Amino acid sequence: MEYFLQQLINGLTLGAIYGLIAIGYTMVYGIIGMINFAHGEIYMLGAFISLIAYLAATTIGGGGVAVGLMVALLATMLFTALWGWAVERVAYRPLRGAPRLAPLISAIGMSIVLQNFAQLSQGARVKPLPPVFRGGFTLLEGETFSVHLSYLQIVIVALTVTLMAVFTFVIARTALGRAQRATEQDMKMAALLGVDVDKTISTTFVMGAALAAVAGFMVTLYYGVIDFYIGFLAGIKAFTAAVLGGIGSLPGAMLGGLLIGLIEAFWSGYFSIEYKDVAAFSILVLVLLFRPTGLLGRPEVEKI
Amino acid sequence: MAAAGSRMDLRRALADALVGGFVAAALAFPMLGFRLEDSSTGLSLGLRMGWVAAAAAVVFAGRLALTLLAGTRRPRSGPLERLGERFAGTRHWAGWAMIGLAAVLPFLPFADRNLVDKATMVLIYVMLGWGLNIVVGLAGLLDLGFVAFYAVGAYSYAILSETFGLSFWVCLPLAGLFAAGFGLALGFPVLRLRGDYLAIVTLGFGEIIRVILQNWVDVTNGPNGISGIDRPTLFGLSFSAMAPEGQPTFADFFGIDYSAEHRVTFLYFIILAMALLTNLFTLRIRRLPVGRAWEALREDEIACRSLGLNPTTVKLSAFATGAMFAGFAGSFFATRQGFISPESFTFIESAVILAIVVLGGMGSQIGVVLAALLLVGLPEWFRELQQYRMLAFGGAMVLIMLWRPSGLLASRSPTISLGAAK
Repeated sequence: MEYFLQQLINGLTLGAIYGLIAIGYTMVYGIIGMINFAHGEIYMLGAFISLIAYLAATTIGGGGVAVGLMVALLATMLFTALWGWAVERVAYRPLRGAPRLAPLISAIGMSIVLQNFAQLSQGARVKPLPPVFRGGFTLLEGETFSVHLSYLQIVIVALTVTLMAVFTFVIARTALGRAQRATEQDMKMAALLGVDVDKTISTTFVMGAALAAVAGFMVTLYYGVIDFYIGFLAGIKAFTAAVLGGIGSLPGAMLGGLLIGLIEAFWSGYFSIEYKDVAAFSILVLVLLFRPTGLLGRPEVEKI
Repeated sequence: MAAAGSRMDLRRALADALVGGFVAAALAFPMLGFRLEDSSTGLSLGLRMGWVAAAAAVVFAGRLALTLLAGTRRPRSGPLERLGERFAGTRHWAGWAMIGLAAVLPFLPFADRNLVDKATMVLIYVMLGWGLNIVVGLAGLLDLGFVAFYAVGAYSYAILSETFGLSFWVCLPLAGLFAAGFGLALGFPVLRLRGDYLAIVTLGFGEIIRVILQNWVDVTNGPNGISGIDRPTLFGLSFSAMAPEGQPTFADFFGIDYSAEHRVTFLYFIILAMALLTNLFTLRIRRLPVGRAWEALREDEIACRSLGLNPTTVKLSAFATGAMFAGFAGSFFATRQGFISPESFTFIESAVILAIVVLGGMGSQIGVVLAALLLVGLPEWFRELQQYRMLAFGGAMVLIMLWRPSGLLASRSPTISLGAAK
């Protein structure tokens, strides 16, 4: 029971991180129907930038841990969002209206570029950050095993929930969100009705990148080690999460992320750590078999 | 007037380039401006703001040059368009010329062992590209996990030859069958899914295969891989310096001196023959009902269904056929390397193969050859630049796609159509 609760907590934390990345995939897919393969790398850049910003704020700037974390969070969101914008501007926008596979290949190329850029500029070695955020509660004191809930896990989940609420509000209630939904439904019609389609799509990328940046920031704090390769697997899993939840659906992405996180935590807790990735993908295949549009996806209407 | 106009253009170009430079500086600031340094006391930061300035300057200059050049460039009808048109007329001739060149390549005066080796590598990718072309180009199914079947082929040969001592020529068809079987097993549940769902499931499947290869140590020897894989023989003649007793080697049989180059050349011809068979198969099957069905399905799934084609069976056949060729190529890869490990079957391989197909222009057989030369052959020559090779590789993928979104030689026209093609 204690063990179960611990895995549940770990799974939820991991799931929150996947969910944040998955939102970027699902929004971009919803609006221009492309798999933004470089999104995982954007998250990786976010992790690097947050580490650098934290170190810069605490060592060069001389701030404390709290100041360092705030600076790191804001700087990461800002710079990573800029990266997301730049990638869209350089590699995807010129390909609008091109054959469907062209942006995908361009995205894969961009992902290779970003990965190697990070490797070349920051070195291939794993970057360790000593834990800056200690402490937590002990929820249950078992005989052999006690359940821990660290402050960091609370922060991660709380931050994720807050961001989710903000973004749901933005999509549902603001002019920007309306423009995004209009572009998603019919790009040409939206343009005719005065929506600046290019700007809306750019904003979508910026928003997705900012959320991925937060995920990168949290993962740096949570695991304390990052390298240039973390983006690939996290990206695949987050995309899996987006598909699982129903691609194009914001709550779906979050739900999918949580599910993937929980599956991974329980699988590695009860079965084998080596095969946890296999478990996540197998669940995806199973879900798609019975609900081809994902858990919360709308069924596609076939037009002739 | 013209002078004023050009001055305006220049000013606009300068402003544009300046913005580009600023953005580049902002992008480079965290990643290039600081350097993470590990030391015994923990992580620290180093400064190198010069790099930021350099990045900004490069982007500024590049952007300026691009905008200024863009004004003078003629639109459309680039050299490749003309090349494509010419190829369309003389495709037969060009194809035969390429085959002829490939056939005599090892005997050309400048061809050393190194070159033949690299050509073999390129040909493996050509074959993989042609195999994937059946799935992506003909049937229009996006497969991001093609390398899984390549891995299945390679491992089935390695394991079969290790445990049962079967020769390459016996294992080759078996490896193809196994890969096709995996294709069927995977395809059966997932091919009902539409486009991008299929992509992510195949990608996941590729990863699953790699994870299994890495962890199922009893069978695959895990991350250490399998080494000492048997080399192929020519009708029982081996290409080693010393044959096992009672069997003549190639050099003995023909009464020539032993040379390691014989084997390299032999391997080259095997893969050339295999690749050409793949090509022949593709060209022929496009005229059979099943090939027609693949292309029809790619063009319009709903129309196909209305005409009584079962999309799942048609897709499944394309998927399994592509997988079979990947299996063949995989077992050749195993026998050529003599050593395989899960390292060789990462996602990046799938991405490279898919890039070859898409860059070549989907459905174009010669395009695949050109793209394989460009993406695999060219980087092989720059191995010394190891570090920057992958950076340039990714950059090239983006640039080629931006430059020619529908591929180098775009020819995605159905083999046959009613009336004038659209």
